Amino acid sequence: MLSKVLRNFRALPFAVLLIVATILPAMAGAFEDAVAKFANDEFSDTEEAVDALATSTNPLAYTIVSALQDDRLMADPDTKKIYVKQPDGKIIDALTGAPVDSIPDSAASVRLNNKLRRHVAAALGSLTLQSPDPAKRVQAAQSVFKTHDEAMLPAVDSALAKETNKDAKLAFSEARAAILLFKEDATDPEKLEAIATIRARGDQEALALLTGLSGEQPPAVARAAAGATAAIQNKLAMWSAVQNAWYGLSLGSVLLLAAIGLAITFGVMGVINMAHGEMVMIGAYTTFVVQQTIRSSFPGLFDYSLLIAVPLAFLVAGAIGVLIERSIIRFLYGRPLETLLATWGLSLVLQQAVRTMFGPTNQEVGNPSWMSGAFDLGQITITYNRLWILCFTLAVFVILLAMLRYTALGLEMRAVTQNRRMAASMGIATSRVDALTFGLGSGIAGIAGVALSQIDNVSPNLGQSYIIDSFMVVVFGGVGNLWGTLVGAFTLGIANKFLEPVAGAVLGKIAILVLIILFIQKRPRGLFALKGRAVEA
Amino acid sequence: MLTQLTHDIATPLSRRRWLAATAGLVLGLAAFTSAKAADDTIKVGVLHSLSGTMAISETTLKDTVLFMIDEQNKKGGVLGKKLEAVVVDPASNWPLFAEKARELITKDKVAVVFGCWTSVSRKSVLPVFKELNSILFYPVQYEGEESERNVFYTGAAPNQQAIPAVDYLMKEEKVKRWVLAGTDYVYPRTTNKILEAYLKSKGVKQEDIMINYTPFGHSDWQTIVADIKKFGSAGKKTAVVSTINGDANVPFYKELGNQGIKATDIPVVAFSVGEEELAGIDTKPLLGHLAAWNYFESIKTPANEKFIKEWQAYTKNPKRTTNDPMEATYIGFNMWVKAVEKAKSTDADKVIDALPGTKTPNLTGGVAEVLPNHHITKPVFIGEIKGNGQFDVVWKTPGLVAGDAWSKELPDSKDLIGDWVSKKCGNYNTKTNKCGGQAS
Repeated sequence: MLSKVLRNFRALPFAVLLIVATILPAMAGAFEDAVAKFANDEFSDTEEAVDALATSTNPLAYTIVSALQDDRLMADPDTKKIYVKQPDGKIIDALTGAPVDSIPDSAASVRLNNKLRRHVAAALGSLTLQSPDPAKRVQAAQSVFKTHDEAMLPAVDSALAKETNKDAKLAFSEARAAILLFKEDATDPEKLEAIATIRARGDQEALALLTGLSGEQPPAVARAAAGATAAIQNKLAMWSAVQNAWYGLSLGSVLLLAAIGLAITFGVMGVINMAHGEMVMIGAYTTFVVQQTIRSSFPGLFDYSLLIAVPLAFLVAGAIGVLIERSIIRFLYGRPLETLLATWGLSLVLQQAVRTMFGPTNQEVGNPSWMSGAFDLGQITITYNRLWILCFTLAVFVILLAMLRYTALGLEMRAVTQNRRMAASMGIATSRVDALTFGLGSGIAGIAGVALSQIDNVSPNLGQSYIIDSFMVVVFGGVGNLWGTLVGAFTLGIANKFLEPVAGAVLGKIAILVLIILFIQKRPRGLFALKGRAVEA
Repeated sequence: MLTQLTHDIATPLSRRRWLAATAGLVLGLAAFTSAKAADDTIKVGVLHSLSGTMAISETTLKDTVLFMIDEQNKKGGVLGKKLEAVVVDPASNWPLFAEKARELITKDKVAVVFGCWTSVSRKSVLPVFKELNSILFYPVQYEGEESERNVFYTGAAPNQQAIPAVDYLMKEEKVKRWVLAGTDYVYPRTTNKILEAYLKSKGVKQEDIMINYTPFGHSDWQTIVADIKKFGSAGKKTAVVSTINGDANVPFYKELGNQGIKATDIPVVAFSVGEEELAGIDTKPLLGHLAAWNYFESIKTPANEKFIKEWQAYTKNPKRTTNDPMEATYIGFNMWVKAVEKAKSTDADKVIDALPGTKTPNLTGGVAEVLPNHHITKPVFIGEIKGNGQFDVVWKTPGLVAGDAWSKELPDSKDLIGDWVSKKCGNYNTKTNKCGGQAS
């Protein structure tokens, strides 16, 4: 009897061992099978592999799936080996995690399509639900919120129970609500609570979730969902007005930036400069050259490339401006038609020159990291590049205004503009001031080009798309008045953005043009007309 | 020597020579126009804009034709004669296209013309080619609804690009809501009309289709991208079908990237965005957005690898990309050479009769055949944008798709066919059995 018990006792560890011994390879086998599937380079196999890894407990699973997302997972079709290129440049074998010296040439990165990318995001979500980094947990919860996969409910519940971080807790409860809302057998009170949570979230994704709910719901749930949808829509409609205003400001800042140089050459000097847009383009190409140089010689300075490009663009465009003034425009003062034709011809020459030097195709001007991406303010998305351009435009405006008011050159410029002969009699070298003024206007157009290179094509045609708008702004705001240009640009920008959702982009633009024509009929000198002797000059 | 000069102009960064080259071009064009047709060469006209708005796209095609002529001359030319390129610059000016076409045919006596990009330029030269009975090879995807005796369309018709792309999104991405965004001119408008009819025939409701047009060169996309985002948050899978014209695409994609619209949420499938257009943007935020073409540079076939290698050697630029209209030019050029050899003459009538049925390999491993409606057979590929500015083919049609001159989706054109072999008619109505149905 005793011996029997003893045998049993001896058998127990053995049995446990046996079970462990059979299960472990099976589990390891699942991981290995999944990883091996990456070598087939078939979307369906990759999908199965990702889904298998999502539930794997192997610590390498996260490394592999995140490498797949970033295009760092390499498969060798000949040896069927899978490698991970780590972000720090080290290479490991995906199966064992052992470091590898180099990847064979035949290896290629495992391909993804959009469907797979969604699977990868979901897998990463489930692999990072327990991540020590709260930001990652929030991200994981968001991806569960989007997919609202029923199978994730236990994982979300356990994560929610353990969660201490406020943001992550909210994200998890939202994810839980999303799952419950779509769960077939969830009770009505559960669903009502879920709707309340989602209603409190109140953004476009919440709206998408609610409107995606199928029609066959109990009446109480359907009513609550309809109520929540309406509430979110109301809130979003209010935000959309704020958004339009912001878009208007942003468009206005671009218009102002493009027009501010013209406000000097056309507004102050009275020269109809059709080549103004080409000065903007030259500024943009200066940025391109600066970035090329930085990329090839000083890659570390890339984030400063725009700061370096601004003074250079001012100098290059300004120098070309002075050259144009000295060689063409000074012979044509007082003959607006001829100036118009000559500068228009010049704009074609400049375009073709750039086309010949740099080629007709677009050039890539990169966004520095501080100008990429966006942040959310309430329910609107504000992109960093637009925000910086707005700040930059206002800074340029203020500097220009100060220059005209407080420097000797500014004083001379204003004197020559107001009464050329009197200024000459007072000993001002008018022709030198003319050249410098034109150079200043062109230089500012060059600076505008640096900023516009961040949001538009850098191609030889860049300037053409801004010249009409620039003239519109200057004429509307009142020729010869910088403040008029400022108000004109922002008025046109905001008007345009409030018209666009109603009338469409094409009709909106036409409507603005018609309005300006009507306005000019009423007030031929624009919003802020110059008064006094200068008008007669 | 003259072809050499014009080639130099397109080479980027030949700063020191641009003045000389521009002057050379002017002199060169003058020399061309006064030159008499020599008997020992066959002249080939190249009618692509080298200045103005369209130069961005068309210059590459001019280089492609010159490259093809160079290669053909290395093989001994055609019918024992060398080919000679006559390059003119219609300067993105539509009426000038007609003038330059007339100049090429009457003064320079070219045997064939390769040219045009925009539909309006093609429509502008049509009467000239009809009147003077010459041949035009048109290498760009277009809106269809046309079949002319003197024109061979080597680019895609809507059923060879737009319809398969929509099919892909419906089947693979289960898209239920559609944004049709385009630039406001004839190609997007007609394509969207066809797509709208097609989507409705597949049971898509009017409220699930949003159509949006923008002016040429539109650069402020904030409102429209926000609208797309809003439209896409109605709980159904949404996709954007973009017929936005080349230049406006860079700011459009930048705005998409900045506002965080990812391809996994709302994919954008574009019909006018190729490798050349992507060269101007950082494509990392665009990962996974789609394009539908009949050719991608990344397709690995021996023919394509050879073509890319020789093209980069010819342009002396190891980074020069290739694109779909280039392949269409390549196919068109080889078609013409074959037809001339078959007809043993460059006479327009004989070559036009010899072309239907002519087969030539394309660069993606298939065979292009000229159909009686003067369109060709093509495979259709869907590519996803990768981080390196290239496309990764994620889907392709099982076989070749024959180009329809007249869309089967539109009530006005569904009974029409183009058949220049048996019916000798570009708009034959199969219901009434009469030539001269409704033509656009």
